[in-house]
Amino acid sequence: MDKPILRVENLKKYYKTPRGMLHAVDDVSFTLARGKTLGIVGESGCGKSTIGRTILRLVEPTEGKVYFEDKDLGSLTRRQLRKARKHMQIIFQDPFSSIDPRTTVAEAIAEPIAINHIIKDKKCRFSRVMELIELVGLDRRTMNSYPHELDGGRRQRVGIARAIAMDPKFIVCDEPVSALDVSIQAQILNLLDELQEKLDLTYIFITHDLSVVNHFSDDIVVMYLGRMVEKASAEELFANPKHPYTQALLSAIPIPSIHNRKKRILLEGEITSPIEPANACRFAGRCRYADDICRCSEPPLVECGPEHFVSCFRV
Amino acid sequence: MTMDKSGASLLIENLSVDYKTYDGTANALNGFDLSIEAGKAHGLIGETGAGKTTAALAIMGLIACPPGRISSGSIIFDNVNLLDKSEKEMERIRGKQISMIFQDPMTSLNPVMSMEEQIAEVISLHEGFSKIQSLNKAHEMLEIVGIPASRGHEYPHQFSGGMKQRVVIAMALACNPQLLIADEPTTALDVTIQAQVLEKIKQVRQMYGMSLLMITHDLGVVAETCDEVSIIYAGRVVEHGTVEDIFDHNLHPYTQGLFDSLPNLKDRRAKLRPIKGLMPDPSNLPVGCSFCLRCNYATELCYKVKPERKYRNEGHYVECHLYEEPHILESKVRNHG
Repeated sequence: MDKPILRVENLKKYYKTPRGMLHAVDDVSFTLARGKTLGIVGESGCGKSTIGRTILRLVEPTEGKVYFEDKDLGSLTRRQLRKARKHMQIIFQDPFSSIDPRTTVAEAIAEPIAINHIIKDKKCRFSRVMELIELVGLDRRTMNSYPHELDGGRRQRVGIARAIAMDPKFIVCDEPVSALDVSIQAQILNLLDELQEKLDLTYIFITHDLSVVNHFSDDIVVMYLGRMVEKASAEELFANPKHPYTQALLSAIPIPSIHNRKKRILLEGEITSPIEPANACRFAGRCRYADDICRCSEPPLVECGPEHFVSCFRV
Repeated sequence: MTMDKSGASLLIENLSVDYKTYDGTANALNGFDLSIEAGKAHGLIGETGAGKTTAALAIMGLIACPPGRISSGSIIFDNVNLLDKSEKEMERIRGKQISMIFQDPMTSLNPVMSMEEQIAEVISLHEGFSKIQSLNKAHEMLEIVGIPASRGHEYPHQFSGGMKQRVVIAMALACNPQLLIADEPTTALDVTIQAQVLEKIKQVRQMYGMSLLMITHDLGVVAETCDEVSIIYAGRVVEHGTVEDIFDHNLHPYTQGLFDSLPNLKDRRAKLRPIKGLMPDPSNLPVGCSFCLRCNYATELCYKVKPERKYRNEGHYVECHLYEEPHILESKVRNHG
């Protein structure tokens, strides 16, 4: 196997709140091989975006280590981190708020190149910007447009162009298509796919949409209240989900077909609070199989099949 | 309490709505047709800017005028034309005979009123109940949507998104409406909560038997809840049929494009085939078929002449030059799935 490009070990991020410690991400570990895509799925508040941001050190982790190409990102000084970040980029969910409304498309894309002194000569920088504009499938004419003149899909293309401007090796895609219409969503997914191949990119793909993550990822991590509850390859996870939460999540996808409707597992109640969680399985309150052991200790993450990890006492 | 199982029918014909803007007139609806039989569930599918919400607002009599204007058409609800009604009369119909659930429960509730008061307000206004009677009925409604009546005195910020949406449903159903319009009711919710809310809508429909107009961009939601489907593009219904017609025998290239844009759960590596280009500018629609610029099958005819409606069977029609009656048996677009 290739050497992993990214290794995350026991990552934790806690936030202090007036009501106690909020466990946004609690003890998450995984590795990611070069050129692959890891999907992180879960519902609002499960910590999926926080993982992405903690990996890039946009927020400082409370505990745990992140190794990018065997460098411990936590030990880097600000200057070293800035250098390392050229190789690690992020695409945000909302292209409406992630681009400065007062810069044109060309300026927005040139900004990261200029800040990092990658291309000092203005003319060369401009030709690089044009190259990027074409690479993400934008029309050359849009270079002088302002973000408000563009629709969501085009704006997301600008966000992608900014992310790849520095020739990164690794990109965190944080819900990149959630704000877009279906037909546009497919355009952007195909673009990300093409870029991965062309530029040899490694992705972490964060989303709440299970059909998108299935299409896009090699491996999938399922999160619930800051905990990783299951991890497996996409095929394995969809064919053979082990955790009751994963099972419910998969059965909740509305299928655009009127045949072979499967029985739905309806979850009772709602997601509970990640503030000072009790020493119990975090899913126990909504789980139909929960018994005493689930309510008095936390299940460890165990390997239940080749490369298939799950944290549940029943397995 | 009487609970008569009665939905009412809705027939919209040739409805056109436009908005005056500084950039010219935006034609939000252009000869929009829709018909819902009493007690049936109808799905209206389209993307941002297709005119879905404008259609809903027109039915409710909530098009702001100006800048909006209903330039032609009729909306026949329960055998009367709603467009002939005065504002006063519409006030009596809204919330009583026709109710609407909006996409975002966070903004459709009053933050400084308790949940039970908000529901009771609708009831006392339309049914003329006393305060206590209204509150009792409000509690009954909360229980129906699965929220303990004891939480009725709480305020919106104390509820989660899914619970808020259920309160909105309770409010919409409080006066036993004959038609319920749900505008993207689950788009703002998580998948497992979406499943709960859809299940709730199905249950209350079984109890009350009202007609439903489900507005969404999600084909999965429609497959789950609806009897009939209309696909709207640039303010016109381009294809209409039963769920079987639309999901198994769809004809219009746009409908096909919508299906092909979705990731396939069975074949995860299947390449997505997005629809190229963007929705046309509503103030500058093409002369011919409004989809011609994005269509892979477009011919010269499509750019010049608007396609007429062609029927595959009594209920299933498509507006596309690819088809000639009476030979519409096979779809001319590559089939998905």
